[in-house]
Amino acid sequence: MSDTSVKFYQVGSFAVGNRLLPAAAGSVQSDMERTNALTSGHRACQGCGEALGARYAMDAAMRAADDKVIAVNATGCLEVFSTPYPESSWRIAWLHSLFGNAPAVATGVAAALRAKGRSDIRVIGQGGDGATVDIGFGPLSGMFERNDDVLYICYDNEAYMNTGVQRSGATPAAARTATTQAVGPEPGNIFGQGKNVPRIAMAHEIPYVATATVADLRDLETKVARAMEFRGARYLHVLVPCPLGWGSQSCDTVKIARLATQSGLFPVFEAERGEVVSSTPIRQKVGVEEYLKLQSRYSHLFSPKRRDDVIDKLQAAADRNIKRYNLMPEEAGEL
Amino acid sequence: MEQPFAITLQVESSLANHTGSWRVERPQYVNLMPPCNNACPAGENVQKWLYTAEDGSYEEAWRALIVENPFPAIMGRVCYHPCQTVCSRAQLDEAVGINSVERFLGDLAIEKGWSIPVTAPSTGFKVLIIGAGPTGLSAAYHLRRMGHAVTIRDAADLAGGMMRFGIPKYRLPRNILNAEIARIEDMGVRFQMNHRVDNVQDAIDDGFDAVFLAVGAQIGKRAYIPAGEAARILDAVNVLHDVADGEAPLLGRRVVVYGGGNTAIDVARTAKRLGADEAMIVYRRTREKAPANDTEIQEAIEEGVLMKWLSTVKHADAGVLKIERMELDEKGFPQPTGEFEELEADSLVLALGQEVDLSLINNLPDVEVREGTVHVDSNMMTGRAGIFAGGDMVPAERTVTTGVGHGKKAARNIDAWLRKEKFEKEPIPKVVEYSDLNPWYYSDAPHAVRPRLEGARRASNFDEVVQGLDESTALYEARRCMSCGNCFECDNCFGVCPDNAVIKLGPGKGFEFNLDYCKGCGICVTECPSGSIIMIPEKS
Ligand SMILES: Cc1cc2nc3c(=O)[nH]c(=O)nc-3n(C[C@H](O)[C@H](O)[C@H](O)COP(=O)(O)OP(=O)(O)OC[C@H]3O[C@@H](n4cnc5c(N)ncnc54)[C@H](O)[C@@H]3O)c2cc1C
Ligand SMILES: Cc1ncc(C[n+]2csc(CCOP(=O)(O)OP(=O)(O)O)c2C)c(N)n1
Ligand code: SF4
Ligand SMILES: [Mg+2]
Repeated sequence: MSDTSVKFYQVGSFAVGNRLLPAAAGSVQSDMERTNALTSGHRACQGCGEALGARYAMDAAMRAADDKVIAVNATGCLEVFSTPYPESSWRIAWLHSLFGNAPAVATGVAAALRAKGRSDIRVIGQGGDGATVDIGFGPLSGMFERNDDVLYICYDNEAYMNTGVQRSGATPAAARTATTQAVGPEPGNIFGQGKNVPRIAMAHEIPYVATATVADLRDLETKVARAMEFRGARYLHVLVPCPLGWGSQSCDTVKIARLATQSGLFPVFEAERGEVVSSTPIRQKVGVEEYLKLQSRYSHLFSPKRRDDVIDKLQAAADRNIKRYNLMPEEAGEL
Repeated sequence: MEQPFAITLQVESSLANHTGSWRVERPQYVNLMPPCNNACPAGENVQKWLYTAEDGSYEEAWRALIVENPFPAIMGRVCYHPCQTVCSRAQLDEAVGINSVERFLGDLAIEKGWSIPVTAPSTGFKVLIIGAGPTGLSAAYHLRRMGHAVTIRDAADLAGGMMRFGIPKYRLPRNILNAEIARIEDMGVRFQMNHRVDNVQDAIDDGFDAVFLAVGAQIGKRAYIPAGEAARILDAVNVLHDVADGEAPLLGRRVVVYGGGNTAIDVARTAKRLGADEAMIVYRRTREKAPANDTEIQEAIEEGVLMKWLSTVKHADAGVLKIERMELDEKGFPQPTGEFEELEADSLVLALGQEVDLSLINNLPDVEVREGTVHVDSNMMTGRAGIFAGGDMVPAERTVTTGVGHGKKAARNIDAWLRKEKFEKEPIPKVVEYSDLNPWYYSDAPHAVRPRLEGARRASNFDEVVQGLDESTALYEARRCMSCGNCFECDNCFGVCPDNAVIKLGPGKGFEFNLDYCKGCGICVTECPSGSIIMIPEKS
């Protein structure tokens, strides 16, 4: 005699599964039969956000495309830790060429499928932030402007992790990397540089652009599925914390991604044809400090001397995101 | 081996690479003690029956509940729910309305007529229980379920003890009380009512193998108050008893109740219902220091009961009382101020607590009495082997729920003693703290407050004040439980592992770690909402 009119299921949509919901309403990751596109035995570090994000995204893509997916991978951690000869962790059709050409190779695969009349097989390009934001940026922009039928996913861990944590165009201001040391009056990565590729992608007016993180699985899965509803060039930018490069605890990977969104530093939104169509509201607002202090790449902001000036600048950046993407609609009086 | 076109490498799976060898710590599923269970004086497994109710399996939930406590419908009305006081959810939004869900299940069981079969084979042992209050009834229930022959003797004409002759019916309707007692009678417990026991030794000689004393604390405490001949001074327990018997004691238009406990509140509220224009509580300390339950104070105020805190009664005369104002000293004790006032009152009801009538053990010198109550050991046994005691007559909190807990504990120990064994309590696991949880995952859902009869209307009749939840609200409330310290299969661990090293065993079966691949990152521990996974060091 259970009453199905009760729409409250103990945990909200943030948990991976829910025993009180019918299986069909569950997430891909809660499915015992999920693809496990990136399976066990890979050599990613403990608590790797990129390994997690890639499995989340690829499993969702496999469900959305009836298991017909070809993935093209750029050089980087994701490729290196998953495919040391003769082993592979991939349980999907997968190929790797170079560091800078993944979007171009994906374009080629899409063209070949078109030639063969196989519109049922979907193509995904994927790479790290270095591959996407920097070295592969030209091919990516070309892929966008030609509107090639590829979903490109960037796993953003905010530096060149595979080669030892060098700065990339996606490294945030003030963060310490091997090439932006915490020395001098403005320690860490300098303010005012870097690229915001989701916005650049939007400027190409491609059908679909979205951001996501490993902290909100349902949101990520929904965006992959939504992206697969479009044809043409699509871009998904996923924030994937890196315990080694960020100097965080391996157990805090998901938590740190969550704090990135709840502080406003990483806005989660969706855009279609160049316009933002939705953003994920902040649920439990935190100051940027909550996020920063869990990562040793920012430790110079807290010791030996607290750098309130720098923290304030980062807070201002978060506040700007909150306004720009309407992340706190209630506060803005728009709800 | 011949390779297909363009394939130059023979690919093998990374499953050959057992990354579990990197690990220095391993995750482990645990079952911890939820704070609610830990606080329940009746030892209920609150979380378990909430969990069972969450998918609408109400009968199963009720059956899980009555393993520990035979009175869910009574509990759902009179228990002061210490479980809710400690509920972790209070730190997120509001405590789970455990008590309302308990009442919902209890009422449903009565409505559906669910009964309790006795399946244990007869043991041949005979146990006598003296006193049919909650303590005695609970012991009878548990002993009967274990297969013993149980007889209850009680001086009153009806069973229930203070649940019938103390707690007014606007809080505990008698049809509810009767239904839950009848269920125990249906299990084959023999009730010998109107049967006062004056000498326990005689009762033992009737051929019982063990005896459980549960006579409560029946005698109202007297305080010396100088009084004129015509002053009308009554005792709270007697007043309530008379009302329960259907006799309305003469209290007059203005009633003053002296005391700050629940009994005082009940008498004042009862006086209002009997037609008094004014019912006032006089208590020597403050509201915060009053032992009465705060919701009951609140309900009384809503009904128009007046409160005179920091006051003592110095003298009583016909129609008038002399009151002295008190002040709290630095230690929080009330001290006289020498300031007096007069208060018109047709009657003064003393509600200063109750004492135990110990006359029935006069002939048992080995049963030790300490400060007016009977001393028992950790097995609830008195100084005399085979004679056990519990409830209001032993030193403990005096509540129905404590009595029920004592009854259960005594039953287990009596059972063990009869079998010449020792009852071993299972060790209590670590109690969950809020910091063990990851509250992010629980969506916002405030407490469904039970509707209450509106103050002025309810004060004039004996209708039940607090109404129950309907099904959808009860279900909603049950689902607010965060399952502290025990897995509720949210699949988070199965999802968040970057190494795909959590094996989902299927609904109801939980999860296992695949230690061949678990690198020991600990994300599953951080992201487990209910704190049901811990990291333990790997043996090197
Ligand atoms: C007015 C009032 C309101 C209360 N409200 C609440 C409440 O809301 N919630 C709560 O948890 N607690 C409440 N309490 C406390 C609670 O009622 C008692 O703690 C509880 O009933 C004690 O149970 P018991 O079985 O030990 O004793 P009792 O309930 O007192 O039962 C003892 C039984 O023994 C019988 N008896 C006594 N002497 C003999 C004898 N010599 N031979 C045979 N039979 C005998 C009596 O007739 C009685 O039936 C209240 C108490 C009072 C007085
Ligand atoms: C043309 C070229 N330059 C440099 C390298 C060395 N290299 C391999 S991976 C990598 C960094 C990858 O960074 P990113 O794309 O952010 O991926 P991550 O490892 O951080 O996931 C570099 C510099 C290369 N393989 N090819
Ligand atoms: S949330 Fe549930 S398990 Fe936790 S204390 Fe409250 S009722 Fe008990
Ligand atoms: Mg990178």
